[in-house]
Amino acid sequence: MADDDYYRFDTLAVHAGASPDATHGSRATPIHLTTAFVFKDSDAAAGLFNMEQSGHVYSRLSNPTVAVFEERMAALDAGVGAIATASGQAALHLAIATLAGSGSHIVASTALYGGSHNLLHYTLARFGIQTTFVAPNDLEAWNAAIRPNTKLLFGETLGNPGLDVLDIPQVSAIAHRHGIPLLVDSTFTTPWLIRPIEWGADLVYHSATKFLCGHGTVLGGVVVDGGRFDWMASERFPELTQPYEGFHGMVFAEESTVAPFLLRARREALRDFGACLSPMNAFQILQGIETLSLRMQRHVSNTLEVAHFLESHAQVRKVSYPGLASHPDHELAKRLMPKGCGAVFSVELAGNRDQGRAFVEALQVFSHLANVGDARSLVIHPASTTHFRMDEQALKAAGIGEATLRLSIGLEDPDDLIDDLKRAFRVAFPKR
Amino acid sequence: MEVKLGQQSVYIYTGSKAFRPDLPSVLMIHGAQNDHSVWIMQSRWLAHHGYNVIAVDLPAHGLSEGPLCETVQAMAAWCSDLLDSLDISAAAWLGHSMGSLIALEAAASRPDQSWANVLLGSAFPMRVSDALLDAAQHDEQKAFAMITRWSHSGITHLPGTPGPGFSIYNQARRLMERQKPGVLFNDFMACNAYNRGLECAQAIKQPTLILSGALDLMTPPKAAKSLAETIIGADMRIIEKAGHQMMAEQPDAVRVAIARFLAGARSRRVLPNA
Repeated sequence: MADDDYYRFDTLAVHAGASPDATHGSRATPIHLTTAFVFKDSDAAAGLFNMEQSGHVYSRLSNPTVAVFEERMAALDAGVGAIATASGQAALHLAIATLAGSGSHIVASTALYGGSHNLLHYTLARFGIQTTFVAPNDLEAWNAAIRPNTKLLFGETLGNPGLDVLDIPQVSAIAHRHGIPLLVDSTFTTPWLIRPIEWGADLVYHSATKFLCGHGTVLGGVVVDGGRFDWMASERFPELTQPYEGFHGMVFAEESTVAPFLLRARREALRDFGACLSPMNAFQILQGIETLSLRMQRHVSNTLEVAHFLESHAQVRKVSYPGLASHPDHELAKRLMPKGCGAVFSVELAGNRDQGRAFVEALQVFSHLANVGDARSLVIHPASTTHFRMDEQALKAAGIGEATLRLSIGLEDPDDLIDDLKRAFRVAFPKR
Repeated sequence: MEVKLGQQSVYIYTGSKAFRPDLPSVLMIHGAQNDHSVWIMQSRWLAHHGYNVIAVDLPAHGLSEGPLCETVQAMAAWCSDLLDSLDISAAAWLGHSMGSLIALEAAASRPDQSWANVLLGSAFPMRVSDALLDAAQHDEQKAFAMITRWSHSGITHLPGTPGPGFSIYNQARRLMERQKPGVLFNDFMACNAYNRGLECAQAIKQPTLILSGALDLMTPPKAAKSLAETIIGADMRIIEKAGHQMMAEQPDAVRVAIARFLAGARSRRVLPNA
């Protein structure tokens, strides 16, 4: 896509995967609210079930509206295809469940969304999948944690909530030396700010609920396969290189040289676990993607203004935003994300837990809730909400303090946002 | 499956079915810088509808070992040797792009081994532009970008190959990136140098189908006309809304055209392996 002779980002964001409806000429993507699709005849049905023909059978497996979203994300993220899911968490689970099983091992960054940490640390352990957590910037730790049964390395482009920048080129190089793919959560960055596949990641997923949708309306997720990982050369993935009895002995890596992961993910994990995306939600997310670059530019510029204001405020200990020169990963961020570092960051107030709570509750433009990536500005207190399950040591390891707040900067006028923050400072830190 | 041709390991995709030399065989030959997976939709259908599919990875392509064959004639001879080693006395030869020249050459040089030919995305002469040849030699990524762009009719292909949610465009690009350095230049030089097209076309006696993508910029339909006019009884069909990568862009139309043609060819001949 970076090539001069291919359609550029904004064109793909509007057109990729879609064409005018063949029956009625609808220019917008129709919402195909149907459970199943009529077979042309019995032979065609057999062909669809046996992957001799392409088409839709049942909306848990695929759906025309959802497929437009999938193809659009593949185009935007430089992937060979994508699978949409009911949520970002479902996307993470789909990726893991396709490659790992009981006895498998994952190496993951410590700086993860609380839900992802929970899934890896508690839930998957119950199913026999173990995870070793390493600091995202400790390259030696990534390497040292790899075991013979390791199936994935996993991190976030911008670690939640400390905004650590994952050094994708370095971590992917470590992964590839061991014949392991790197999975990256790019929810905070979207393909407009970084396309992890172009930096070495093999699989990328997004919570489409956030900036892709962009309006805080629907849930969704998506996994994109970069198509570069050589599953055949690695000896760690019999799931893709040996016959799969669950689909008539298919050897996925022989069927498709570049996309065996997606073949199995759709024919097993999506089929059997069933966490598919509703076509209604896919439509809403597609509306968001059409304006993705416009919105992200505004998100980033607003965020820089707010972050600079907070960094200069006397009642602030620290602002963790890689777009600021004060962030330890600022140089790395400039290299990997030259258009900006998104709209989510954390700020540590010079106060205690009560002052943090008072600050949040005094805000009027910012909404206090557990989400990011809305057109509206959002705020949350991680220690008492998203990360409340973590003990003090785990919180510290993830860079969270008692009065740390996570902000998601929206599309409002930045002066109004700064005025709102000034008001909250006056309430939480009254002059004596 | 993996077979040995001398000391060389060769990969053959059989359409997810067991190798059945007792069935009519179909040899499927990919084009430059590609492998067997370009036939994914057609090969699976053929394998599940009475054919013995041999979708091969040419030497030093895909999962097959090298060395590269440097000429179309050498590639055709290698394919003939492969059929001999598999005890296949004759097959329908399906070739895409460079693979179509291989099929053309073999149909004339080893007519005993062919009971039908399908030439997809073919042209004679199959000249490669100087700009593309230069990129293939000095900047493969640039060449991949040019080929991907010129080989597709657009960016939207519904419902997708091998299924919904796949990007045909990016799959084609990644497949080329998978091949070893130097393969593309070798293949393009072979296509560029091949000069026996009309000579072979005149010698062909087997039923022959030529499929051209209506929007093909790499080998436009008019570039295959001389072959269609020279091969006695050749049937030329245009696949609408398709470029050079017609097997991915219009998998059903290509499959139907191939299936009908092969059924007709079988009915007209006593097949050595039928």
